[in-house]
Amino acid sequence: MEYLNLFVKSVFVDNMIFAFFLGMCSFLAVSKNVKTATGLGLAVIFVLGITLPLNYLLYEYILKPGALAWLNPEYATIDLSFLSYIVFIATIATFTQVVEMFVEKFAPGLYNSLGIFLPLIAVNCAILGGSLFMQERGYANLGEAFTFGIGSGVGWFLAIVAMAAIREKLAYSNIPAGLKGLGISFIITGLMGIAFMSFMGIQLPF
Amino acid sequence: MNKEIYTKPFFLGNPITVLVLGICSSLAVTVQLKGALVMALSVTIVTACSSLILSLLRNTIPTRVRIIVQLVVVAMFVILIDQVLKAFAYDTSKMLSVYIGLIITNCIIMGRIEAFALGNKPWPSFVDGACNGLGYGMILIIVAFFRELLGSGTLFGFQIIPASWYLENGGWYMNNGLMILPPMALILLGCVVWIQRSIQKELQEK
Repeated sequence: MEYLNLFVKSVFVDNMIFAFFLGMCSFLAVSKNVKTATGLGLAVIFVLGITLPLNYLLYEYILKPGALAWLNPEYATIDLSFLSYIVFIATIATFTQVVEMFVEKFAPGLYNSLGIFLPLIAVNCAILGGSLFMQERGYANLGEAFTFGIGSGVGWFLAIVAMAAIREKLAYSNIPAGLKGLGISFIITGLMGIAFMSFMGIQLPF
Repeated sequence: MNKEIYTKPFFLGNPITVLVLGICSSLAVTVQLKGALVMALSVTIVTACSSLILSLLRNTIPTRVRIIVQLVVVAMFVILIDQVLKAFAYDTSKMLSVYIGLIITNCIIMGRIEAFALGNKPWPSFVDGACNGLGYGMILIIVAFFRELLGSGTLFGFQIIPASWYLENGGWYMNNGLMILPPMALILLGCVVWIQRSIQKELQEK
């Protein structure tokens, strides 16, 4: 049950886009139509769901202060946590590159719809942000890290698909010339963020 | 070297309002001017230095793995900044929390490296990186100025709006609490874009 609570919390309350502005660049660039937005959203869920547990294991068993004690009790004083940025980003970049090659080779159909987004994802702040939040909040076990990863991914997916749907309709509305395109997208994202704030403080009743 | 390289990043090619790069890690740090200033400086240093290094390496990196190489170089500079901040400005570093780490995936840095540093000599790349960092910082500081002034009545932590004006002291003024909340950063940014595009009409989208 606490997994469900964490999941709902990371989808709605701590939404990557509306609460932390993570992944805004690709959010604004790719939300022009619902189809591509869905593709990118799915790719983000997938990559977050895999890299977060991976980075959790790396942090827990290699980087955390005293984490190397499982190798030899003498190493208990070693603190490698300053290396976490470089390790996290290397994991993410390698993973996306490997997945891209793999998908290209074995599932060309999937590659055409999803593969082009994978290199974009390596530099999507939502992915690295997920790992950094995981480190900062200190999730207790692998299950929690995985749930948080999937939850944040789903939150991001919801946000980008909703935004794309709104922007498709925007094409028909009468907007001041200077506000067209980028300006109005910022303001709409802000308004959606205010709407999402109504989820703040939600606790499931179990 | 032509003059455009110095002026373009501030107006016609501003990374935030025109190229839509680097919004991710920036908006959450604009609640206070101090955070925005530190963030602007950090991004400028990282962009300039990593553009320089990657421009030096540009003929030796195989294209297939260039993203990973870029990320590692950028991550190295970010770790340096993070450690310096932790040592000399611990409060600011705590306030910026994960957003320092997220400089790694700030699209400005990758964008400038891909678009400029990989095809140009080291010195112009350095200047281009630095000017883009400053152009980004300029927008951050504009947004932070309004958010701090209207949201808490202070600038750099100093009280600007006289205490006697406030309602609780018998005056007529009240802080606009909405300004502190994350969505307002986006709405303000939308207004900045609107103003810029009303002046520079060639930027307007059709």
